[in-house]
Amino acid sequence: MGMSTGSEIALKGLTKRYGQVVAVRAIDLAIPAGSYCCLLGPSGCGKTSTLRMIAGHESVSDGEVVIGSAVVNSAPPARRPTAMMFQSYALFPHLSCVDNVAFSLKMRGEPRASRRARAMELLDLVHMADYAERLPTQLSGGQQQRVALARALITNPGVLLLDEPLSALDPFLRVRMRGELKRLQRELGITFVHVTHSQEEAMALADLVVVMNDGRIEQAGPAREIYNRPATEFVARFIGGHNILRAAIERVDEGVATLATEGDARYTLRGIAAPIGETVDFAVRADRIRLRPEGDVAGFGNVMPAMVRAVEYQGALVLIELDAPGAAEFSVTLAERAFDESPFQVGDSVMATWEAEDAHVLATSR
Amino acid sequence: MINTPGIRPYLQAAPLALVFALFFLIPLALTVVVSFWDYNEYEIIPDFTGQNYVEIFEGCVDSLPDLCVTLKTYLSTLKFCFLVWAITLLTGFTVAYFLAFHVRSLGMQIVLFLICTIPFWTSNVIRMISWIPLLGRNGLVNDALLALGLVDEPQEWLLFSDFSVVLAFVHLYTLFMIVPIFNSMMRIDRALLEAAYDAGASGFQTLVEVVIPLCKPGIAIGSIFVVTIVMGDFVTIGVMGGQQIASIGKVIQVEMSYLQFPAAAANAVILLAVVLMIIYGLTRIVDIRKEL
Repeated sequence: MGMSTGSEIALKGLTKRYGQVVAVRAIDLAIPAGSYCCLLGPSGCGKTSTLRMIAGHESVSDGEVVIGSAVVNSAPPARRPTAMMFQSYALFPHLSCVDNVAFSLKMRGEPRASRRARAMELLDLVHMADYAERLPTQLSGGQQQRVALARALITNPGVLLLDEPLSALDPFLRVRMRGELKRLQRELGITFVHVTHSQEEAMALADLVVVMNDGRIEQAGPAREIYNRPATEFVARFIGGHNILRAAIERVDEGVATLATEGDARYTLRGIAAPIGETVDFAVRADRIRLRPEGDVAGFGNVMPAMVRAVEYQGALVLIELDAPGAAEFSVTLAERAFDESPFQVGDSVMATWEAEDAHVLATSR
Repeated sequence: MINTPGIRPYLQAAPLALVFALFFLIPLALTVVVSFWDYNEYEIIPDFTGQNYVEIFEGCVDSLPDLCVTLKTYLSTLKFCFLVWAITLLTGFTVAYFLAFHVRSLGMQIVLFLICTIPFWTSNVIRMISWIPLLGRNGLVNDALLALGLVDEPQEWLLFSDFSVVLAFVHLYTLFMIVPIFNSMMRIDRALLEAAYDAGASGFQTLVEVVIPLCKPGIAIGSIFVVTIVMGDFVTIGVMGGQQIASIGKVIQVEMSYLQFPAAAANAVILLAVVLMIIYGLTRIVDIRKEL
């Protein structure tokens, strides 16, 4: 099959209003051609509205959707180089797989023989050629999804838009289909925009993760950047694996800031820009924290006394929840082996320690 | 108790089975039995004779290609049936489409639906008779047409004609088409319409390729309602046709009034067979079980 090339997408001041409710608040975003972009956020954050505006299934209240070099605000979906894969797949229940895939070619008036031949190529691409004459109800969820993918790809779109494509699958299948999606995107070289509320999914798939909240983009960047340097408290909480503390900046020496909490504990942090005296939130990665028995803390950077509230075995990791001063939730993940070397019980007093590099300051979420 | 279901399931099914037997199976069996009985001017005689069936089609084969009375009557009934079916289908589908896809709020849908049922707030007969002052020689329609100068004399074809019969049928039975089709339409996942739009389908293509195929069960059920009612009707054709138009129902009614029960029963059995064949044909085209 012919290789299609991806289209780049630019959103400029894109806004969606439903009456008085603003679903998307003037967002700006550039999605490079041929990249895998995930719009990530809780329900109601505006990610689906954004996707639907790119697709042309929702009118744009304000701003612009640019695909390739053209502003497509008023173009119907079929006039855009996009194709959409719907959340529930939306396969036509009265049509066989091959007719579902060939549907858009039929709408263009392509003869039956050639459109079915092309549909079979696409079904082959998603390994569903053997099921060509089945009806959608005779397929499993994963199989339906493959057919929906083939249907979306048959027009050689430059952009494939996926609305929560994996949410209807069981966890096992979800991980497998995730791999399939990534493989297809790489092979076809087209731009994927994928809406999800699963940070795990976004991190596994995306070249560009766009974290949205309340109609705004909180942070957009590669997955590693998002996880290593969450920009705001919201991002840090949403992607998980971070503990959030609040403290005031006391002094800054050679780029290392010392912060004082309300409980008069002292922590050090690098790369801080806020003025002295300001109260800031900062995040500490849960997997970078070490636990030590009480007392034995000389020479460690940051030390927080705490008590073990719960220990949860998760397989490769052990999750330890702590009761710590000044933090409603504070958890540490240890590799199973590290935990086994010095196991702690619920109720033990411990010292949580981390290096200045493993914590960083967060901007306040708007 | 789990291992021995015993009599309980049968007891649970018994009430419906009794009602079914009492009001459907026994009368039907009686009709079939009586259709083979003999009769004269004074009495009906238990017997087993095919005479009643023979008499119905007497001379029908000999007189071909001219149609005998029975075949003419069936043809006329089928003609009404087809006309009414086609018009109620078109009207019913359009109304259901409007209700299902254009009316967005559930409240408004309910209100409009209730408006559709207004004709059913009064009796069948009154609904029919109320057409007479409207369509008659000196009725409102003729008066209006004359006053507007559109016609020079009152139009006779408005009342006691094929036209008035079809009009009354459509008035009476369109709702039977609207309800099942609307029901089918409400089951269509709206994402399918979006998927069609995404695939570049025009409104008309979406209608033909997605909506109509998915409404087939509703269309079939509505068609069964309308076909069975019109095929068996004698009141509407009688009143609106000025007692001048023949129908199978009318034939049966006349035979009943002359106490020729075996002849009426034979006619009823034939009518039943014809209607069953039509329904069988419909269910061959459309699988209505999906809708039940």
